[in-house]
Amino acid sequence: MPKLIKNLSIVDDAFSIKQTPECPFPSSNVLVSLQEWKSHKNELSQQPQQVGVWLNSDEEPEELVDDIQSLQVIAINFPTFADGRGYSIARLLRERYGYTGELRAIGDVLRDQLFYMSRCGFDTFSVREDRDINDALEGLSDFSEVYQTSTEQPKPLFRRR
Amino acid sequence: MYKYDTYDKQIVADRARQYRGQTERYIEGELSDNEFLPLRLQNGLYVQRFAPMLRIAVPYGMISSVQLRKISEISRRFDKGYAHISTRQNIQFNWPALESVPDILDALASVQMHAIQTSGNCIRSVTSDHFAGVAADELEDPRPWCEIIRQWSTLHPEFAYLPRKFKIAVNGATEDRAAVGVHDIGLTLVTNTEGDKGFRVQVGGGLGRTPIIGSVIREFLPRQHLLTYLEAILRVYNRYGRRDNKYKARIKILVKALSAETFAQKIEDEWQHVKDGQATLTHEEFERISTFFTPPEYDQNINSGVLEQQFAKHEAFAQWHQHNVTEHKIAGYSIVTVSLKATAQAPGDISAEQMDAIADLADNYSFGELRTTHLQNMVLADIRQDQLFEVWQKLNALDLASPNIGTLNDIICCPGGDFCSLANAKSIPVAEAIQRRFSDLDKLYDIGEISLNFSGCMNACGHHHVGHIGLLGVDKKGAEFYQIQLGGDASQNTALGKIIGRAFGRDDVPDVIEKLVDVYLTNRHQDERFIDTFNRIGIAPFKERAYAKAD
Ligand code: SF4
Repeated sequence: MPKLIKNLSIVDDAFSIKQTPECPFPSSNVLVSLQEWKSHKNELSQQPQQVGVWLNSDEEPEELVDDIQSLQVIAINFPTFADGRGYSIARLLRERYGYTGELRAIGDVLRDQLFYMSRCGFDTFSVREDRDINDALEGLSDFSEVYQTSTEQPKPLFRRR
Repeated sequence: MYKYDTYDKQIVADRARQYRGQTERYIEGELSDNEFLPLRLQNGLYVQRFAPMLRIAVPYGMISSVQLRKISEISRRFDKGYAHISTRQNIQFNWPALESVPDILDALASVQMHAIQTSGNCIRSVTSDHFAGVAADELEDPRPWCEIIRQWSTLHPEFAYLPRKFKIAVNGATEDRAAVGVHDIGLTLVTNTEGDKGFRVQVGGGLGRTPIIGSVIREFLPRQHLLTYLEAILRVYNRYGRRDNKYKARIKILVKALSAETFAQKIEDEWQHVKDGQATLTHEEFERISTFFTPPEYDQNINSGVLEQQFAKHEAFAQWHQHNVTEHKIAGYSIVTVSLKATAQAPGDISAEQMDAIADLADNYSFGELRTTHLQNMVLADIRQDQLFEVWQKLNALDLASPNIGTLNDIICCPGGDFCSLANAKSIPVAEAIQRRFSDLDKLYDIGEISLNFSGCMNACGHHHVGHIGLLGVDKKGAEFYQIQLGGDASQNTALGKIIGRAFGRDDVPDVIEKLVDVYLTNRHQDERFIDTFNRIGIAPFKERAYAKAD
């Protein structure tokens, strides 16, 4: 089973990603696209397995506002690590819409971005397959202090100095 | 100037350690070129034509004598014994080995310096008025605000992978020496009718391929809201700025596509959500930062009477004083610009010996501080008028007193084809040829105040769009050519230059510049500067002269 970093430890990934509505429905827990979620929300909510939603970096987290309380897993895709939109989406879900479930980074997820991701509210990281996940885990402790307010540290340094 | 506490030190040390690890993983092949690229760029490391180039942050141009000596030492140990002042007030090394960069960062960290966010698609090192805190026309010192922005933008987790680079400048004086109109965000300190302090916010200015002057999206932002408002702008840009085409990815394109009004409304909407949040500045923090910029102990009883006699005796001193010395807000003191534009010296270059020597001058005459300018010179900001003569003599001996500040020979010039892998053409030797053409000081002074800005390609690092005369290197079937623009202005009357016509070959450039200057000299009214005459008579007479057949 593929591995994930979740809350600072390495665990099995119990979800598979359904890329498009046409892909067959797996028997495991599943992450469906925003589009599929929006058009089949009712059926999907009745599935025996857990269903979460994945967003692409150009999609709007505002579209999930009504489901924030019921969803337990939301994933945000990084098509390439240089596409930084996912950081804003994550903060909005957490800080503006009050999402408290699992927030997962998927796609081009690499060690050197994990620290920033975790500061923006991601708690779960699906590290790119060809990379050593143990090595990536170390990226989460690159910095011991930060200046800005963010999801994980709402008080900016100037209020803590 | 600002001094790090244990928190600041920790953050810079953590970044140096992280970068060392990233370099090691790259060398061992664990990181691909593509993956390492943004990591090294966010740390100021480019791979250039002959060697990497490392850009060191000099936040808003403030540098201490201790820091400058460290730069000098690094330049001897890891480079070729000189450094270059960039058009964004930073310092560049042209020849460091990639493997030695982690050691350079450790050396920098030891004097509270770093290379964080000096390039890459992130919020770049903030720039400001190089006369901040001492200018006679200053309304409010912008430096505390620059430092507040520096800390907020340093390793910001949400805005490290923007569509494109992002530059912020702050001005607090009547004259705009920070060129806020051509920055992604330009902030001007203002006071409203109730007497409250705040900022006028301009967004979407920039040079490069699509030069645009920024639009004012807010006439008055109360100052405590600065960071939440910046956060709103950056978030809208991060989400909606174009990522499909790097030439259309700057915020200026987004502002234009939406219209400034719609963009301003979007920012207002986003801001309502974050306004008054934890990032709202506290009075205590503003006070804490401001204490680092309180004026030094100025001597109130300086006898400046000696100057007149010295001028009478030493014409060269008088010339230098007229051009390289600026009025200080405190009577008895002056601001000295250290010219890095000696003929035959690449504009903005400074040798290790010169750095050590002016660090000593700063210690002995100017409270141990210096500044770098985006015009690629340096500044000793607090010189007693009764010591100006001594300082001049010492600068002169170092070849740092060319009396050419603000003249045609004070050329702003990017490194161009001699160093930069993006260049279309060389810039440094052409700048030198122009300087040689105008080497006669009487002629130079007769021409008066003028700016000549030179970029080796349309990335516009030499800010050619806002030079009274702008020169741009272009490539015509592999040969180097130079396009000329006229009428740009980087001051508060921001204007973009207009191209006069087809480009010229390298050898023709000094001739053409001379012809253009002649048009001005023939047409000027009394006291008119080049730019004033240009604005009055228009481009046609210049064009005509530049392309007239020799008779
Ligand atoms: S303007 Fe072009 S040639 Fe000059 S430094 Fe910038 S990128 Fe290089």
